[in-house]
Amino acid sequence: MANEAAIINVVARTSLWLQPHRIVLILIALGLVLSAAFFMRWDWLPQYYEMGLIGIWRSLWILAVTCILGFLLAVPLGLAQATGSFWFAAPAKVFCTVIRGTPLLIQLWLLYYGLGSLFPQYPWIRGSWMWPYLRQAWPYGVLALTLSFAGYEGEVMRGAFAGVPKGQLEAARAFGMSRWKAFRRIWLPQAIYRALPTLTGETVLQLKSTPLVATISVIDIFAVSSKVRQDTYLTYEPLLLLALIYMTITGILVFAFGRIEARIPNKIG
Amino acid sequence: MPLLPDLSQACLPPTQPSAVRASNPGATLIDAFLSASAAGIIELLSPNAPGWGGTLLVGLLHSIEIALGATCLGLLIGTCGAYGKLYGGPVVRDLLVVYTTIVRAVPELVLILLLYYAGTDLINQALTAMGYQRVDISGLAAGIAVLGFVQGAYSTEVIRGAILAIPQGQIEAARAYGMSPGLLLRRITLPAMLPFAIPGLANLWLIATKDTALLAVVGFYELALATRQAAGVTKAYFTFFFAAGVLYLLLSLFSNLLIGRVEAWSRRGMPSLKEAR
Repeated sequence: MANEAAIINVVARTSLWLQPHRIVLILIALGLVLSAAFFMRWDWLPQYYEMGLIGIWRSLWILAVTCILGFLLAVPLGLAQATGSFWFAAPAKVFCTVIRGTPLLIQLWLLYYGLGSLFPQYPWIRGSWMWPYLRQAWPYGVLALTLSFAGYEGEVMRGAFAGVPKGQLEAARAFGMSRWKAFRRIWLPQAIYRALPTLTGETVLQLKSTPLVATISVIDIFAVSSKVRQDTYLTYEPLLLLALIYMTITGILVFAFGRIEARIPNKIG
Repeated sequence: MPLLPDLSQACLPPTQPSAVRASNPGATLIDAFLSASAAGIIELLSPNAPGWGGTLLVGLLHSIEIALGATCLGLLIGTCGAYGKLYGGPVVRDLLVVYTTIVRAVPELVLILLLYYAGTDLINQALTAMGYQRVDISGLAAGIAVLGFVQGAYSTEVIRGAILAIPQGQIEAARAYGMSPGLLLRRITLPAMLPFAIPGLANLWLIATKDTALLAVVGFYELALATRQAAGVTKAYFTFFFAAGVLYLLLSLFSNLLIGRVEAWSRRGMPSLKEAR
């Protein structure tokens, strides 16, 4: 019985959503997609799809690494601003303001072209173990994107840390938890719960920032599409496919974060 | 495709002749950087002919123009979009959902390329179909149109939320007084939603000023591209990108000051933010 009711419920909701005008709109969209598939040129796909897959992999890899490292950096930044003394709070505040107040493209170029042109002048840097890495482009891209994520997320974490009710922390102390244990078991998890909805948005924003690394010659999916456009003289096909790829990744990210959010108790504070 | 030329060879050669080669390995980067070029930097950044400060300032002006235009266009699209989403028919609503979802899911860089090529193509095809000559679309207009279209999607959501935050009774009262929809919009809805919309719209303005830098990639002449040119010619990459960063930062901080004033003005007659919390 319950099963039947569930099925009826789903059918009813689907029929509510699938109103006549939506069917027409979906048909029009299908027509557009089909005409794009048939009337545009896609014969370059077999030649480039392997490169494209590597590009997607590289974009996702950069996204994951910069988000994780950036978040690890954002926690102390947020904590310093929420509770630290002036000498901790002020530098963190300045860092967040500078990162949020300047375009990522300028930060990226400052690191890659600016620092990159200063480094080779120093023999001790060129002799060090870091030099093989410093000659490549991707470390600069990862560093710039990490700092940017940390700057934006640090501000979010400041609010999240400040938003955890005092009583929770006092209760933890009253239970005899050490400061570190109270932070680890009470303060940090609740702050992350609070920050999670914005974390979804920040991660999507970070995904949308990754194509900038193509301007410093990292071959991500955006650079692959630029190469296709240069090689084949096609304007729209690679860009449309690129937009579709980014939309798919965004959709997957939003869905995945939604699943994580659904597992978290929603009565906090 | 004006994707930026690969400067990796230019900027990281194995042996670079340099004016500031530090012979002792103990010297720090900052030390050498400051001592070698304090006078040089001022000369490079001076606004007169040998320096490139003037170029940067012109670029900054263009950036501000594009950001202002794009924000105004975005506000227009956003207001219409919010009205369409709230009061439009089912088809308009669904189309607006598609618009805001797609624009917010695709990177700005990709959208800028796509809209720039598609837009100029469409206009030129329309012109040739009507028997006119093809035109070159000015970078300023194209930049404003493209960024405005992107901003429109975000401001649609901001303004929709702000209109929903207006106490429903105010709008009902205006209707009961017999106000026409236009008068209602002008006298009630827009002023009443402003305090709720200002924080979001201020954020969008800051995003717009920073997004103008992306237009450098398609070759519009604004601060980021001007900086690139100056840096490329003089090889003083660090100095110029640092200077551009400072200019953008000053623009953001100055905007923050103004936004604070505007927010206070839009909240006149309401409890101050500190009391409301």
